[in-house]
Formats: sequence, structure tokens, C-alpha cells
Amino acid sequence: MPDGHVLEFAGVTKRFGPVTAVDHFSARVDPGVVTGFLGPNGAGKTTSLRILLGLITATEGTATIGGRRYSQLRQPLQTVGAALEASSFHPGRSAANHLAVYARAAGLPLSRVDEALGTVGLADVAGRKVGGFSLGMRQRLGLAYTLLGDPGVLVLDEPSNGLDPEGIKWMRGFLRELARQGRTVLVSSHLLTEIQQTAEALLIIARGRLVFQGTLADLTAQDEQVAVVDAPDRAALTAALTAAGLDVEVLRSGLSVRGADTVAVGAIAAAAGVALSALQRRGPALEEVFLALVDGAAHQSAPDPGTPDPPAPREPDPDPATDADADADADAHATQGGEQR
Amino acid sequence: MTLVAAARSELTKQFTTSLWWVLALVLLVYVGSTAGGLAGLFAALSNGTLPAGGANAPAIPADALPPIIYSLATAVGYIFPLLIGTLLVTGEFRHKTLTPTFLATPRRGVALAGKVLAGVVMGLVFAVVALVATVGLGAAVLALLGIDTQLGSAQTWAMLGRIVIAFVLWVLIGIGVGALVRNQVAAVVGVIAFTQFVEPILRTVAGFVEGVSGAARFLPGATSDALVGASFYSTLTVPAAGGADTLEWWAGGLVLLAYALVLIVLGYAVSWRRDVS
Repeated sequence: MPDGHVLEFAGVTKRFGPVTAVDHFSARVDPGVVTGFLGPNGAGKTTSLRILLGLITATEGTATIGGRRYSQLRQPLQTVGAALEASSFHPGRSAANHLAVYARAAGLPLSRVDEALGTVGLADVAGRKVGGFSLGMRQRLGLAYTLLGDPGVLVLDEPSNGLDPEGIKWMRGFLRELARQGRTVLVSSHLLTEIQQTAEALLIIARGRLVFQGTLADLTAQDEQVAVVDAPDRAALTAALTAAGLDVEVLRSGLSVRGADTVAVGAIAAAAGVALSALQRRGPALEEVFLALVDGAAHQSAPDPGTPDPPAPREPDPDPATDADADADADAHATQGGEQR
Repeated sequence: MTLVAAARSELTKQFTTSLWWVLALVLLVYVGSTAGGLAGLFAALSNGTLPAGGANAPAIPADALPPIIYSLATAVGYIFPLLIGTLLVTGEFRHKTLTPTFLATPRRGVALAGKVLAGVVMGLVFAVVALVATVGLGAAVLALLGIDTQLGSAQTWAMLGRIVIAFVLWVLIGIGVGALVRNQVAAVVGVIAFTQFVEPILRTVAGFVEGVSGAARFLPGATSDALVGASFYSTLTVPAAGGADTLEWWAGGLVLLAYALVLIVLGYAVSWRRDVS
């Protein structure tokens, strides 16, 4: 069984001209658990991963795998398996030949090609040209590439893109199993919901900066209790809740009341004689915590002993122009900048 | 070790898509039909089967004919190794396969050196195909029309060897061009435009303008012809142009090699080490 390695980003910064895609990013990824790497599109995830893999040169800082830079690895594919995009194929080459190309480069026996294709469920189409593959099949082929060298570290950029629900479920189980075997598994996504069932550890990046590092439980602990309540007469309900000193936020589905449980809200409404149409406690709204972190509006520093260089608390940034600038990372920069989900 | 692995990986890339055999087939048909046709024409002219008509009809003595026909491999066919070398690099940019390539071979210099080694092999393969076309077909036609094929002569075989070297060098030049230009369509169009229009026009102009011919000797196609030592074009144009001189064969080879090295080093420094995103 190959050993997992610790991945370490230390003060990694990347500037593309005037745009800072990654800004003093420091984080540590441990073996044995699936680590989710979260952030909106254009936050700098892909750039950070490409720096880790030696594809992009950092302006400052270092990213290492078990203490070594990627280019210093003696057997890169046997150490790290990485899938970065679903389109790195020659359409006229068969799936098996695609893998054979890189098995040769890594000095791996060609038997690994069939094994890797079998693991991801592509054995039946090994001889077919990749040009005819669906996006989901390409994702699986990308995953097969990562497994060629049976590496102890896996780095996957948005691996669920294009997978059907069954494929996503399979991917989750597969990644958990790889981590359970002691490997390091780093998976990026722009959707928290996509990896909250898989990842135990989380890194959240926004505008090139680390805004959270910790476990999923740490993130949940930050959440406050929220009651969602609605009434045909919203004005009266709002007035009653405000009079009781509660913070009311108007949502499409009703009013969101932070820091109050349903019993209290129901009692206030009853006392005010407001008939309710809905009252419920909302489960841990991780997505909202995530969005708040990403917006830099709330929850500055997480309880986080593992960060070597904790990010400085950020002020909420009300200037939309600056936002658009800072949001652009490599790909966004190349196109138009500031693309959002 | 990693260099050999990188070269093997590159050769696997070459032989797992249809590009190489399609190009080889076109080379065989195009150069073969040119060699066969011209061999038939000039052999018939020189032995009197066809009456030599018109003042412009070039009279090529029978003993000068075989090298001219055989060297059509480079004179007409050098675009093919140049294209295969170019595509060997630009294909990576076009299909975004540099990412997996550099993940498997992180040291960029080794990755490029692997391409160069694979390019040498591809040059040999294409040289063999081209020689099958010109020597195989051409010599058969010459023999059929009763002209000595000169295949017993060491000089002929030395020239065939120089054709092989020229093919290898053209692949390497293509690798340099591909690394520098990156964009596949632009590189292919540029290579075709330069070899089929720009250089022939320059060389023709040089034949008529005093003082330019000295510089025209150093054009890549001219150095390739100099290396091989016999060319359909120079044989036809040199007398008409009043003796535009060519380089010695070894000097031609060195200049061609210099083109390859400069382009590859430039491509490495300017483009190959860039960020891949």
C-alpha cells in the first residue's frame, strides 16, 4: 500500500499581471481523510492545485508533497495522481492507448492500464476512441489516469462535473475508500453540498485567500440556530418578532429568524395573535456558512490549530469593482473575469 | 532513464493516432508519383523515346538523372517531416494534453528532449517511406527505360544517407516551430506557406538579383538541398540563373542543424517553460 503524504502550501502567491489569483495561501492536507477544497469559481482553487503540481510557477511561496516539490519527485505518477480537467485527451486515441502513453512515461507496466480502466468501470470501452466519450466517461478516464501509478496522493479538480447521480455516489464511496487506505485525497469543488458527504476536512478559499481550514464539524459549529416562519400577514409577524428583539430576515419562503428556536417564535406569534402558515427549524445551513465565509462577511477565523499561517481577518468588501478584480483567477482572467456560479 | 521513458511515451503518442500513417501515405503517393513521373519523363527525353521539343526543355544527361530523382525525397517531400515535427508539439497545445504530459514528466527539459528523441525516430521512419517512393519507384522506372540506376555506386548511397539526415533535421525544425508557435492551425499554415510559397519565391528572386543569392543559400530549403547535394530545383534553376552557388553539403547540414537547435532552444525558453493552465 502506497503511503499518503502531507501536502503543504506555504505562503503561495500567484499574480497574473495586476490580478492576484492566489494570495499568500497556506494550508496543510493530511493523509487518511478526504479533504474538500472549496471555493467559488475563480477563487484560485485550480491555480493553487496547478502550482502544487508544478504546472504553474508560484510568484511566491512553495507547495510541497511530503516535503518535496512536484518537479523533484522521482516517480511522480507513482506518488501523486491528479485529474485537473475533463478535456485533456486526443479525441482520436483510444482510452487504453491514452493511458498507455503515460504508463510509458512513468515506466509503469502496461498491465496497469487495464487495471485502472477496470477500477473506474471503463474496461468495456478500453478500445474506443475518447472523442466519442461522454463527459462522465471522460471524468472516469481522468480518474483512471490518476490511479495508473497507484499513488498515495490523489488531487482531483471538480471530479463530479458531468457525472450522473449514480456516478457521483460511486465517486464518493471510492474517494472515502482511498482515504481509508491511508492515502491523501484532495478534492476541489465549488459546491459544498457536493463534498459535504465525502470530506471530513475542509479548506475554503475565496479571492485567492484561505478563509477556513478545519473539519466539517468546525464549520457546523459556527452555524446558529435558525427558525423559518411564515404567515399570511407577514407585516404583523415581522412587527411582533422585531418587537421581541429578534433579527428577522425576509426570504422567499418566509422569514428567517436567527438565534431563536421554533418554540419561542411560535409563542411570540401566538401572543401577538398572528396565525402562522409555516414554522420550522432549519438544519445546519452549511451552505450559508460557506457563502458567508466566501463573501468575507462573517465568521472570520475558524478554530484552527493546523494552519501554519492563519489568514488575517478580512473586512467585508462592499466595493463591487474590487470584488470583480479579485475574483478573477487563471481561467476567469483569460476570459472575462469575475465569473460567478 | 526518464528521458528514454519520455521518448517511448512520445512514440506511443505518435503511433496511437492515425496522423502518422495518413501523412506517410500522402508522402508515399505524392512523392512517389512525382518521382515516377519525372523519372519517366526525363528518361524518355534523354534516351530519345520522347523528342526533346522547345527551347526551354531541360536536357539532363542520363548519368545525372538518378540522383535528381532520388533526391526528390527531400526536394519535394521535406514538408512532411517538417509537419510531423510541428504537429508532435502543437497537438499537445491543441488537445490540452500538456497537463498529463507534464504531470508524468515534470521536468520540462526532459519532456522536450523526449520529443526530440522521438522526432529522430519519426524522421527515420518518414525518410524510409520517402526513399521507398523515390528510389523504389524512381529506380524501377529508370531501369525500365534502360537508364543506369546507379544503385551500385557508393556516392548514391552516401546521398541517400544524407537524405535520411535531412529528414531527421526537418522533424527537429518542426519541433522547434511547434514549440514556438503553439497554435496548431497557425503553425501548419505558416509551415506550408513558408516552404511552398515564401522560400521558393525568395530563391527564384535570388536567382535573378545580383547579391541576393549569397544570402539565399542560407534559406532552410536551400541548406537542405545543399546537404543532400542534388536537387531537382537547383539543377533546373542554377544554369538559368547563371550559377547561384550553394553551400558545401556539410555546411548545408550544419546550417540546417543550427536552425533546428536555435528554434528548439528558443521554443524551450520562450514557450515550453510557461505555466500550463
